[in-house]
Amino acid sequence: MKREQIFITVIGKDQKGIIARISNAVFTHNINIEDLNQKIMGGYFVMTMLADITDSSITISQLKKELSAIEDEMHLKIQVQHENIFKTMHRV
Amino acid sequence: MEYSLEEVMETVRMTLYHNFDIRTVTLGINLKDCINSDLDIFKANVYDRVSVYGRRLIHEAQDLEDKYGIPIINKRISVTPVSLIIEACAQADAPVEIAKTLDKASKDVGIDFIGGYGALVQKGMTRADKRLIDSLPEVFSCTERVCGFLNVASTVSGMNMDAIIMLGKTLKEIAGRTENGIGCARFVVFANAPEDNPFMAGAFHGVGEPDFSLNIGISGPGVVRGVVEQNRDCDLTELSGVIKRTAFKITRAGELIGRELAHNLSVPFGIVDISLASTTKVGDSVAGIVEMMGVEKMGAPGSTAALALLVDAVKKGGAMASGNVGGLSGTFIPVSEDSCMNDAVRFGALSIEKLEAFTAVCSVGLDMIAIPGDTKAQTISAIIADELAIGVVNNKTTGVRLIPVPGKKAGDYVNFGGLLGETYVMNISSFSSNDFILRGGRMPAPVTSMRN
Repeated sequence: MKREQIFITVIGKDQKGIIARISNAVFTHNINIEDLNQKIMGGYFVMTMLADITDSSITISQLKKELSAIEDEMHLKIQVQHENIFKTMHRV
Repeated sequence: MEYSLEEVMETVRMTLYHNFDIRTVTLGINLKDCINSDLDIFKANVYDRVSVYGRRLIHEAQDLEDKYGIPIINKRISVTPVSLIIEACAQADAPVEIAKTLDKASKDVGIDFIGGYGALVQKGMTRADKRLIDSLPEVFSCTERVCGFLNVASTVSGMNMDAIIMLGKTLKEIAGRTENGIGCARFVVFANAPEDNPFMAGAFHGVGEPDFSLNIGISGPGVVRGVVEQNRDCDLTELSGVIKRTAFKITRAGELIGRELAHNLSVPFGIVDISLASTTKVGDSVAGIVEMMGVEKMGAPGSTAALALLVDAVKKGGAMASGNVGGLSGTFIPVSEDSCMNDAVRFGALSIEKLEAFTAVCSVGLDMIAIPGDTKAQTISAIIADELAIGVVNNKTTGVRLIPVPGKKAGDYVNFGGLLGETYVMNISSFSSNDFILRGGRMPAPVTSMRN
């Protein structure tokens, strides 16, 4: 079966629990975290999480809706995008 | 990780802060097999075809927006030039009835604009073409979503000056029958019109196209402006390289989404149109890119050279990124839809003559320009002839979308609303070309057309 991977990216003010909250949301839907990267860029917390959704029954749009609750509560910007868009734009 | 954090964030930032989007997905639909001499059957065929595919287009496009997190701003349909499909239907009201049917089908499924109400008359007019042209004022006053075009010139055929004479009067009539002349915003006059252009108002599904074809227009100028802003001090060769790389990335995204959408709709993928298209949003402006390059106001000396560099870099990057580049693939410079362009008009930096000069180096012509309502029909025809001559002689597409705003004079403000924006009425030369225009006939094709 073809692997389906997504990127979850987070931008916002650094605060406790960002990774914990997102990891937990992802875990409950049987999504495997493959890689995670975080940094403070220009004073902002920036995180990219590569996750495998092959075994999950949740759709990207449903996941987005769930994460939007964390987005609002913690004043973050969270994007969920299929990995193909990054492959297309950044790899020839 | 296979991608660096910076790479991922570059794409995310483009979406969040620089209006990175897919500007339009336009499904071209052949309507020739809907033709029937019985108008009721004909209308029912057209309605079914457009509504079924329109509904699917919107549904599938929304799924891809969610999947890739890239907004698809416009989902549109283009159809076979309507003058061709009304040939067999002699009823006097057939053109208007078909326009109303296209309008209703679009409205019922949520398609904001449907293009193709037009004709190709560069060499002459059939009776159906004439019927269609005569119907334009009524069509634009009784529909909301139908867009029209007329191709009146081409490099191989020359310019149909008789049609251009008619159009001067027709545009004034359309303007007179719609608020602020807004009907004219849905109508483009072309030289060398492409058959696979996804952008309105001039989109149509050409006769060389298959039954269906999915064409896509890439993201807007906000992303390019963003990278120009980050490279304030580099020389123009380097700047061209930076723009090229960005155009490559956004075109690749367009290509990915276009091909996947075509696959999901089970229709052939057509082309990616790599034109930069402004919107009324602040920052999403072609003039804004030129100004970011170092030109104080769009229209100042140097603007044409800056625009030429921009268009060239976008083409080079885009051509590398896509298997099938097509449509207009230049850069749009609509006045009312581009906030920096409007400012330039307001401050007196930009004249219609300078806009005409721009079109020698970019698509797509004199676009969304408000002119005084009392401009003479022959003067409008003369402006059209000037602009199309640039396209004919230089073997490129040029178009004209002029709005003679009733009751308004040069300098007056006019708001067209929504995507069509707002603008200031431009000054038009008061000197006359009546005697030249009214000679009519067909201006011969230029010698550059003889290439065999």
